[in-house]
Amino acid sequence: MAVIDLTTEGRRMPPHDHDYDEAIVEARRVDPDSVITHIGAALAALSLTWLVYERLTPFSGALGFVFVWWAMFAVFVYVLARQQWGAVVALNHLVRVLVGSAAAVALIPLGSIIISVTARGWHGLQLSFLSNTLRTASTQSKFSGGGAWHSIVGSLEVVGLSMLISVPLGVLTAVYLNEIGGRMATPVRMLTDAMSAIPSIVAGLFIFAVLIQSHYLQQTGFSGALALSILMLPTVTRTAEVVLRLVPGGLREASLALGSTEWRTTRNVVLPTARTGLVTAVVLGVARVIGETAPLIVTMLGSRLFNGNPFTGKQDSLPLFIWTQKVTATGDNTVTASWMWSGAFVLLALVLVLFVIARMLGNRTVGARRG
Amino acid sequence: MRVVSTVRVSAADVRPLALADDVPIDIAVSRSTSDRVYRAVGYGAGASTLVLMALIGLFLVLRGADAIRYAGWGFFTETRWLPTPAGGAFGIAALLLGTFVIAVVALVFAVPIAVGTALFITEYAPRWLRKPLTSLVDLLAAVPSLIYGIWGAAILQPREVYVSRFLSDHFGWFPPFHTTSVTGSGPTNLADFSASGFLAGIVVALMILPICAAVMREVFAQAPAGEKEGALALGGTRWGVIRDVVLPFGKGGIIGGSMLGLGRALGETIAVALIVSRSTRVHDLLEVLKTGGNSIAATIARSWSEASGMATSALMAAGLVLFVVTLLVNAGAGFIVGRSRSGAATEI
Amino acid sequence: MTLMEVAPRPHAEKAAALDAHNVSAWFGTHKVLERVSLEMRPNTVTALIGPSGCGKSTFLRILNRMHELVPGAKLAGTIALDGADIYRGTMPVTEIRRRIGMVFQKPNPFPAMTVADNVVAGLKLCGMKVERSHREELVETCLQRAGLWNEVRNRLDANGGALSGGQQQRLCIARSLAVRPDVLLMDEPCSALDPTSTRRIEETIADLCDTVTVVIVTHNMQQAQRVSQHCAFFLAAEDEPGYIVESGTTEKLFSNPDDERTLDYVRGRFG
Repeated sequence: MAVIDLTTEGRRMPPHDHDYDEAIVEARRVDPDSVITHIGAALAALSLTWLVYERLTPFSGALGFVFVWWAMFAVFVYVLARQQWGAVVALNHLVRVLVGSAAAVALIPLGSIIISVTARGWHGLQLSFLSNTLRTASTQSKFSGGGAWHSIVGSLEVVGLSMLISVPLGVLTAVYLNEIGGRMATPVRMLTDAMSAIPSIVAGLFIFAVLIQSHYLQQTGFSGALALSILMLPTVTRTAEVVLRLVPGGLREASLALGSTEWRTTRNVVLPTARTGLVTAVVLGVARVIGETAPLIVTMLGSRLFNGNPFTGKQDSLPLFIWTQKVTATGDNTVTASWMWSGAFVLLALVLVLFVIARMLGNRTVGARRG
Repeated sequence: MRVVSTVRVSAADVRPLALADDVPIDIAVSRSTSDRVYRAVGYGAGASTLVLMALIGLFLVLRGADAIRYAGWGFFTETRWLPTPAGGAFGIAALLLGTFVIAVVALVFAVPIAVGTALFITEYAPRWLRKPLTSLVDLLAAVPSLIYGIWGAAILQPREVYVSRFLSDHFGWFPPFHTTSVTGSGPTNLADFSASGFLAGIVVALMILPICAAVMREVFAQAPAGEKEGALALGGTRWGVIRDVVLPFGKGGIIGGSMLGLGRALGETIAVALIVSRSTRVHDLLEVLKTGGNSIAATIARSWSEASGMATSALMAAGLVLFVVTLLVNAGAGFIVGRSRSGAATEI
Repeated sequence: MTLMEVAPRPHAEKAAALDAHNVSAWFGTHKVLERVSLEMRPNTVTALIGPSGCGKSTFLRILNRMHELVPGAKLAGTIALDGADIYRGTMPVTEIRRRIGMVFQKPNPFPAMTVADNVVAGLKLCGMKVERSHREELVETCLQRAGLWNEVRNRLDANGGALSGGQQQRLCIARSLAVRPDVLLMDEPCSALDPTSTRRIEETIADLCDTVTVVIVTHNMQQAQRVSQHCAFFLAAEDEPGYIVESGTTEKLFSNPDDERTLDYVRGRFG
């Protein structure tokens, strides 16, 4: 779960950002000697790897080269550091290399995903793709013969309906947990956490079991929205609860001391004070469900045609579009595959935009509160 | 000279004996109508969570009961998954095994990298780098599963198969890496390594990495600064501080974060569904590098649209098993983190 | 209920009297106040003095029924506002709190509102309507009485949290005054402020008792001498509930108290 720093105290104090005393920061000063050691180790490792790679190691290819170079680099850092400063400090340097590598390993795939999806899919940003549907499309079509317009609209409607359900319910639940409380609060909190761990496909199965198999609902956009609500609700509740907790208790006291009721305190003081954070909770909730496919596979049938009505008939949505293209694509160069990548690019772009908005909102709360 | 003269005649000055009327009164809580409505609505919202979770469990049981009744105990021991609208032979054994195999592979990759990333962010990274790094790692969690799936299949797989073959050729003595070809005999070619549980596990590792790292990061950041200073003051290095203070303190968080990641990995659906080829032979599943790979969620996702009747009920029952297992793992994670020294102040 | 229905109180009219009789208080089973009785006369400033931890703030919060918000809080005794028992009577608790206002130790203006909105916030929170035309007049009157008007007259649209500490506290005073209380309780209002702001607020308090009864808790004996006409000296032995040692006019308590402990305290020999 993303941790958002939402310090709201009005005092002019530096924000507490899990940081440490000056004494510990001092120990982290960059040391020119060790920088030189690292550079030397890198170069030495490079030469050694270059010399022996093809001959001595059973690897082949660029990937293997980089891996061996990295391993040699770590060894050289240790050896060189040990020569200069002894075993204890050398071990520290080695650990630092390993730990830094771990962080890099975590981020390299992220870069690869963004780059490859963009490279393969960015030409989806053209009118033909964004305004056509798959009504007349077939595996023989050209790229401009089909598009995801019906899916994009479907996604917007399904996610929008889901917001209408989850946001009020989630905020109210957060208000209950934080402002009203009571003995029921602990089980509610526990179950909200449990709900956030539900596999997404199970959420779809649930809606299917309750409503569709009982014939109360068909497999429409609305059913999909209900399934997504189950996934969005705990995200909104948890974030909103954190945000409400950050509202200083003194404000509630002041409101009550003026003669206010609890409801007016919540509505006129607590909620407006937490406004930015609540918007962040909504954005995070939307980002959570906009790419969800599994529940939609179960509750919606998907479609090649445009359907603007989420309450009747089959509807498509962007993740379903991508999924369908993927499972029907027969090779890498077919038009189906390129539609798939284009759809993926649109989805990824949407998610990234939402993510950035959520971060900016989170930072804005911090900035506004200072003085 | 001052005389302490007679003070005000009031019982307040003298420590009095307990008199009969010095008992707490009943403060009548009189709420206005609007407050009563407000509280009722709030309680209702809270109760809706309880009701919802209960309903989920209830209906999965209801709808899946048909299949479980039909298959009997065989539901848990049968490895084949061949339900038909009227019946067929199906059981969760292979699917459950495959789910755990993928999850374990994911943990093997994700936990060390998460620990390293969390340590780097809290201990080694310069202050200006911390927030951007944290955001980037959290961004990994924002990428939809679907995108992971198509990236894994199209970009990672062609490169990963070489690694799998390398591991099989040179480390085949290690049982999980021992791979037989699809026909069951010796030397294997590249195609035998595609669509494996191993590849799925790597992709899932990337997806659970941010959750593990976030919990661990929170926990490492709470390591007592006093103890860390003390370790440094004794002449220790940064690694010494980590080894002696941060890691012992953060043990609960590491375990809890890993279990949270496990829970997430068990339920991961689409990425796995787009990668694995879904074998139900136990032998294939245990050879992680080999093509095959399977999971409960992937099977449900792939077979859903063709299923009807008993087959649908079977998938529901499988979903129920997944739901229960995930709940247990997550409850365990919460328990462990909450009980540990580091977890008490953390929120997961 | 509109603002005008609350009896308009021109200057120098009598505010309400607050009378406490045999008030004891508990947090759970831990007793913190022992049979405190005190008469807080109308249009006067009564100061509650004494070392910290003697229950002065607890007593204050009993006066406007904020004490009961703490889980496990209990009390005994009677509090009468102009003769009406506020705990056993029929006045709704929201009305009691409107008539007995409170200013807290840490200034707490509402950060989501402008300065002007902060002043009239109490009205909205009490469900009282103000006509648009009266609103500006009310804002100016209250800010003037709080001694803040000149400093913020051009900044009425600024965010409530953007003022300095002393200004924020005066804003809180103005906010409390807007709902026309009979009594204003002040819980160490200057302890978080610098000396200049403290002086400003003390001047304000002196002006306020024309229209409200003020009860102020303070650690600062000189402040008590400066602003109050009556004083009550609280004391508590270790782990014992607090009680009033002596109460009377400020002049008497500080120059010629009846009790030796009072003399020791005001001479600075402990506390």
